[in-house]
Amino acid sequence: MADEAPTAAATSPAPNRVKEKPGPLEYMRRWPLQLIVGLTLLFLYLPLITLMVFSFNTSRRNIVWQGFTTDWYVRAFNNESLLQAFINSLTIAFLCTIASVVLGALAAVMLWRFRFPGKTVVEGSLALPIVVPEICMGVAMLVFFARVMPWPTGLPWPLNLGAITIAHISFAFPFVATVVRARLASFNRELEEAAKDLGASEWRTFWDILVPHMQPGLIAGALLAFTLSLDDFVITFFTAGPDTITFPVKVYSMLRFSVTPEVNAASTILIVVTVILTAVGLNMQNQTPADKKA
Amino acid sequence: MEQTWRQAKAAFAAVSAPPIVWLLLFFLVPLAVVWAYSFGVNSGPVTIDFTGTFANYTRALEPLYVGIFWKSLIVATLTTLLCLIVGFPVALAIAFSSPKAKAWLLLLIMLPFWTNLLIRTFALIAVLRENGYVNAILEWMWTHASGLMTLVGLQPLGDFEPLTLLYNNTAVVIGLVYVHLPFMVLPLYSALDRMDRSLMEASLDLGAGHLRTIWSVVVPLAAPGVASGVLITFIPALGAYLTPDLLGGTDSQMIANVIERQFKRANDWPFGAALSFLLMYLTFIAVAVQALVQRRSERRG
Repeated sequence: MADEAPTAAATSPAPNRVKEKPGPLEYMRRWPLQLIVGLTLLFLYLPLITLMVFSFNTSRRNIVWQGFTTDWYVRAFNNESLLQAFINSLTIAFLCTIASVVLGALAAVMLWRFRFPGKTVVEGSLALPIVVPEICMGVAMLVFFARVMPWPTGLPWPLNLGAITIAHISFAFPFVATVVRARLASFNRELEEAAKDLGASEWRTFWDILVPHMQPGLIAGALLAFTLSLDDFVITFFTAGPDTITFPVKVYSMLRFSVTPEVNAASTILIVVTVILTAVGLNMQNQTPADKKA
Repeated sequence: MEQTWRQAKAAFAAVSAPPIVWLLLFFLVPLAVVWAYSFGVNSGPVTIDFTGTFANYTRALEPLYVGIFWKSLIVATLTTLLCLIVGFPVALAIAFSSPKAKAWLLLLIMLPFWTNLLIRTFALIAVLRENGYVNAILEWMWTHASGLMTLVGLQPLGDFEPLTLLYNNTAVVIGLVYVHLPFMVLPLYSALDRMDRSLMEASLDLGAGHLRTIWSVVVPLAAPGVASGVLITFIPALGAYLTPDLLGGTDSQMIANVIERQFKRANDWPFGAALSFLLMYLTFIAVAVQALVQRRSERRG
């Protein structure tokens, strides 16, 4: 998206003209649209901000502010199963991101570089995990890990998360492939030919020419895979066992029993983690030199 | 140009084997098993016989389940429409704002999208509850209106009755709009941003008003963006599980909730498998319709 903006501006003379007479097309300066945008942002943020503010409230009930406390955070940190769920979620997201970036990049290169029989079928199948409703994928994973390939129980810690991680990779890597493929579209194939003419091997060309060009796409894809994994509830809900609970599944069961401010505190931590990660990811994307050259 | 796989067989194998094998083993095989189950019969607590029966599909045609499918379709359509109505002006305003404001507004729209779905739904509960903000604001307005009316000598309004905003179908639609609004705004924005603005200026110069220009120039030009926004809002809304589960009442079950029940509490996997494949077929129909609309608008353009 960020790549398209400058080209669109360059081809149409409109932005200059808009600057000359700051009138008709500056919709953001008109009050009805300002009102709509303002209300929409209020709608999007009021619940989240409320949640974050009331995680510091002394009262158990969410509606009246009684005083500032960090008690709920202390409790959340002392809640061992909540902490374990949080660590599980981060671990799964991390593993899922690495595998998804590798698989997604390979898939993107395959579709971008080669012509082969059955390409449309492969392309369509790769789009399936993006299109298929989460619930259908969830039950498919449940059936698969219950009847076809039971994941051994009682494995030591990171290995017992295998089933959930595999499920997450399956839905995340096609997203990465889409992002990376969009990035590859701007690659100048002559560079690859030049490298090969100069004697670089297939591997060397891939690693030194293609990968640096893909980098912004890889970062964007990694960010996407990480958040998709961290965010997922439905598919995890179907693949999680009693001792392999992720953060969203844990929060869900806490919500089912009672809404305590502890959940507010835990949610606030996750929101802050997400915001920081997004900021870091966006920063990394903006700083890649390859992006500016394109 | 693309090269044929024959020219670099080793490279092709290295690049294509991992993703294809992964997709086959951990996605297509599980789906195929579910598909096979949908033609099976529960013969014991954990055994399923593949009998090739259509009984699960005929059971899905019972009025109860057809009703739930119908309801899911209506809820998803309503959600998509509301997202479009709210999202279009927002996308328009973002597309036509200054570059700096644009970056900030896009980030503000994207940020909730990165935030956990469960947490957002949970946050919405606190706002919509009977003693939540929405009702508090309404009550404040109610009592003040009532006070004003007594001032001018009219009958006061009477006691404020808090609205039940949670655990019903309205809550489900509000929740789905809340969750899916960014999905709608982003494709709309990218379509509007790419549009040739001189056409709008021409329309305005020739005397058409803003609303007329938007309706007869901007909307047709942004049609592909509208179509993709509608699709990526409609599909997840149709298969939504969490929002109806947390915000809905006893009568707001959507199809995903019924599927979940078949696989967990009711333990009727074959029937659940049939329902999930019906949901998938509905999704594919939606994708096909979108592709058709897109192709037609491209041909016209």
